[in-house]
Order: sequence, then structure tokens, then C-alpha cells
Amino acid sequence: MTPDDPQNPPAVDVRGLTRNFRAARGGGEVCALGGVDVRIERGEIFGLLGPNGAGKTTLIKILTTLLFPTAGEARVAGFDVIRDAGEVRRRIGLVSGGESSGYGILTVRECLWMFSQFYGVPGKVAGPRIAGLIETAGLAEQARTRINRLSTGQRQRMNFARGFVSDPEVVFLDEPTLGMDVNAARAMREYVARWVRERPGRTVLLTTHTMHEAEELCDRIAIIDHGRLLACDSFAGLRRLVEGGQHVELEVRASDGGTRALPSLAGVPIVWGAPHPERGTRALKFRLPSGGSLADVLRELEARGARIEAIATRETSLEDVFVALVGRGLEESDEREDDGAGPTGAP
Amino acid sequence: MSTLALNLRATWGRTYGRLVGAFREPTWLITDAILPNLGMLAFVMLYRALGAPRSFEALAVVGGLLATYWINVLWGMGAQFYWEKQSGQLQLYFVAPCSRMAILSGMALGGFLLTTARSAFGLFLGFVVMGVRVEPFSLPALLSVFALTMVALYALGMVMASLFLLWGREAYHLSNALYQPVQFLSGLYFPLRTLGPLGIVAAGIVPLGLGVDALRQVLLGAGAHALMPLRFENALLVVLCAVFLWLARVALAHLESLAKREGRLTQRWQ
Repeated sequence: MTPDDPQNPPAVDVRGLTRNFRAARGGGEVCALGGVDVRIERGEIFGLLGPNGAGKTTLIKILTTLLFPTAGEARVAGFDVIRDAGEVRRRIGLVSGGESSGYGILTVRECLWMFSQFYGVPGKVAGPRIAGLIETAGLAEQARTRINRLSTGQRQRMNFARGFVSDPEVVFLDEPTLGMDVNAARAMREYVARWVRERPGRTVLLTTHTMHEAEELCDRIAIIDHGRLLACDSFAGLRRLVEGGQHVELEVRASDGGTRALPSLAGVPIVWGAPHPERGTRALKFRLPSGGSLADVLRELEARGARIEAIATRETSLEDVFVALVGRGLEESDEREDDGAGPTGAP
Repeated sequence: MSTLALNLRATWGRTYGRLVGAFREPTWLITDAILPNLGMLAFVMLYRALGAPRSFEALAVVGGLLATYWINVLWGMGAQFYWEKQSGQLQLYFVAPCSRMAILSGMALGGFLLTTARSAFGLFLGFVVMGVRVEPFSLPALLSVFALTMVALYALGMVMASLFLLWGREAYHLSNALYQPVQFLSGLYFPLRTLGPLGIVAAGIVPLGLGVDALRQVLLGAGAHALMPLRFENALLVVLCAVFLWLARVALAHLESLAKREGRLTQRWQ
């Protein structure tokens, strides 16, 4: 690890970060983060990808001073998240997908103003900044609308705007486009990219379930699973990790003879995609290793009664990298992340 | 920006949020201003029908005035953090750089100002509509006793905000459970002295009874049937202010530490 320049410390510097939770009903301890090392330079948009329960939210909670680590060290903008929590808080913003900030009876503008005051933003600065954020979030027509009259997507856009109201040095976006429609999510991505570009030194840590969001936005992406960092590189660098072989996508008729329960076909790990209800088919993706036989995979599928409607090959995507490293797709996870725990609160 | 300026802004931000929101719903005039004063009116009419000394009517009006603040402390302060947690907002308070005491102070100030507007209606009903009379009194003495009572009462509310959050879902029941007993033990509609030693004990714990008794002394003199001399009550109120403000800080610090250790207090599903 390179020594920090005290005048220009990294935006985030995490060393050996560990967080254990006590499991419910005396079930011992569960490791949500197991010795994570990450260094995020200023000016980066850094993506954190992982299935539910991987430890993403736990990491963000520690970095935003909401949670103590069990071991290790974490610094944000050069300040220790435990000893200098106040200094960290002055420099960060947090947007969590699905949160509901503000009071229903306040208008969008009033809610943003209230939060700007919690960060000590002077009135003369807060007014124009809030107006700009409302415009960016596409809420100009709703600026004087009560929050309890907003749709879920509009409310999420307001939450997004709230995260930037203090013009923070480091913004933590925890699945920020959750609940937004396609256009709103695109507008938010464009805003994040522009925000970092126009303000040198500003940094974004983004967790997302949308692969193309990470591909489109992030300078570097870390893949995390079971509390451990499996890889951390640029998208190009990550692609190199799994290059070799061929990425194949099949469209298979749903009468699959039980193949959906299979983790692999002819020794090749497979991932099932979402069904296509109109055509009655389902996508099936896999990376055929060098020397692997596509014919063997197709033969096994057909032997199990599945009918192959289409075959396509393509370049390595972030999802391919993810599947190769984690061993399953992002959509296959079955638990809501909750401090590294399931919905039961265990740990 | 200095820490003081930051916290003052945060306090004002939270106060504003509470004020502007409440005045947007005109139904509060009925639910929060008119209905809570009916109990006070009933006691005034009862004392009048029984031919009780006229000071008893004023005694009930003063009690009714402070009852509205007690309701606000219970529901607007005590249960507030729990509701903030349920709405997923509490963690945003914990991430903000301002002091949590500043946010609580904003809640208290907003609640106090709103309740003052509401209680003004009660005073109008009591002193103008019902024609209740008080003795000539010293305005500075009245204001200082009232201010001390309010600080102690809302500081208690700040303590309750943290404690109710720790007790989770029981907050709702606690508010319900505390309302009537405290109202009774504070002698809101009768002289606190009637309760004897029990009144003294209650007055030493909850500032409501002390405040009522002290305000009555300022307004009614001997007609207040006071529990103890005014100077003792003032001194006790000062002590309660200091104790509750200190406890509020300690409880908040404990709550924050617990939230960071356990990770269970800032998310609604935890």
C-alpha cells in the first residue's frame, strides 16, 4: 500500500476491514465483511457489485459512520470513520435505494432545504443548488408538491437529489436507481458522470444491481461476495480475467425437463435469465471454455426435452465476469441484504 | 462553518419542517386545539357548578394549558425517533454532520411553538369565553417559571425519544400508558397538594406537576393550594432541566453507539 499524500489523501482507504454480526437465536457469529482492502482515489466513480448479502451495504454503512467495524481501518477523505466521524460526515452524502426521506407533508423543495440545513449549507447557496437539483431530478413541476403525493419513482429522484444537496466530497450511492423508470435512471447516471467531471476531486462509490449501470459509469469496479473482494479493476481489466472461451446465449423453450435446477450442463456452469412470457422461452447463458464442446451442451439440453430456439455468441460482459468470479448471476440471489444478514435480522 | 453555526442551522431546519408542515393541515385546529381543551372546560364547569372557590377554575385552566404540552412531548418528541426509524429516515440523521441534539432541539422547538399556538386557544376559551379570573401577577415571574417548565418538559421528551426507540414497538403503548397516569400525578385539574407525599415524589420526577404548581402560585397566590414554596419549585425545575438535558445527551450517545455496534437501530427491519 502506497503511503498517502497528507495534502491529498484518497477518497476512501480501507484496510483489512472486517465486520461480524451476532447471529439471531444464539447462532454464533456471521462474517459480513472479511478483511476487505480497497483504495478509491479522488475523482473516481467506483462501482461495488455483489449479490445480496455480499457485504456491500455493510461496507457503505461503515464508511458512512453508521456502523463500527469489528477489525481493520477505514478512512474517508483522509479521516478515520471511528475517531473522526464528525469530519467524515461533513464530507459525505448518502443515497440508499428505496429509502423514504423527508416528511410527507413537506414539499420537495422544503424537504431538500431542511436537509441542506442539517449540513449547514447557507441559505444563499442552498436555494440555487436545490433549484438545480430539482431540475436535474426532473421534479421541476413537483417542486411545490407534497412528498406524500409523489410517485415512488419521483420520491426516489428526490432522495437522489438530497444526497447531493450538501455538494459532498464523496457520495455513497447504494442502489440509487431502485424504483426509478428507465429515463429517470438514465438522467441520474448522466448527472453523476457530469457531477464528477465538473468537480475535480469529487468521488462516487456506487453499488448497483444493474450491470450496465456499473459498466457505463464506473472507472473501476470491485466484485464482492461473502464479505470478500474477489476482484477490483477497470471493466477492461476485469474482462481480461475471464477472457478465453466463448460467451453463448441460448433461447430455450420453457418445457425444459428439469434443466432449470441444474447448475451446469456438460460440465459448463450455466446461468438462467428471465423468462420471455410471450414466446414461452427463457434465456440461458454460459461461457464455453477453450476446448469446450458447444455440441455437448446442446445435446444434453435436448436430451432433457428442452427445445433451443436461438443461439448467439458475444463479447465478454460485466455479467460474464461476475458469474465467472461469483459463480452465480446477480439476479439469482435470494435474500435482501441487511447488514450482511437476511431479512430475519440474523446476524 | 463552526459547529455552533451548523447546529443552529440544523435546529432551525428541523423546527421549520415541523412548523410549516403542521400549519398545512387545518384539521389540527379541531384535533389539536379544540378537542384537547374540552377536558379543561369540563373541570371549569364542574368547579363552577359545585360552587368551588373561583381559584379552582383558574387552576384547571393552567392544568389544561400544560396538558397540551404534555401531549406534544409524548407524541411529538417521545415517539418521534421511533417513527423516524420506521420511515427509514433515522439513518439520515445519524449520517448528517450536525449534532443529534440539534435535531432533537429543532423537534422540541417546533413542537413547542406549535403547541403554544394550540394552547392559546385554550387560554382564550378559559379566560375569555368562560370568564375565569386570576390574581394580579408578575409577568417576568410567570415567563421565567413557564420557560423553566418548558425546558425541563421538552428535555424529558428528548430523553424519551432515545428510550422509546430502544424499546421499539412498545413506544406506541408507552405513550398511551404514560399519558393518563402522569396527567393524574401532576395534578393537572386539581391541586397537586391533594396527592400528599405521592405528589411530592411525582413532582420530583416529572416536571409537569412542578410546573403546574409553580405557574398556579404565580397566577393565584394563596389560591393555588401549592405543594411547596415557589422558590423550591423553581430550584427543582432548574435541577430537572440540567438532569434531563444531560440524560438526553447520554441516552443519545448510548443509542448511537448501540446503533453502530449492533447495526439494528437505524433500519426499520432491524
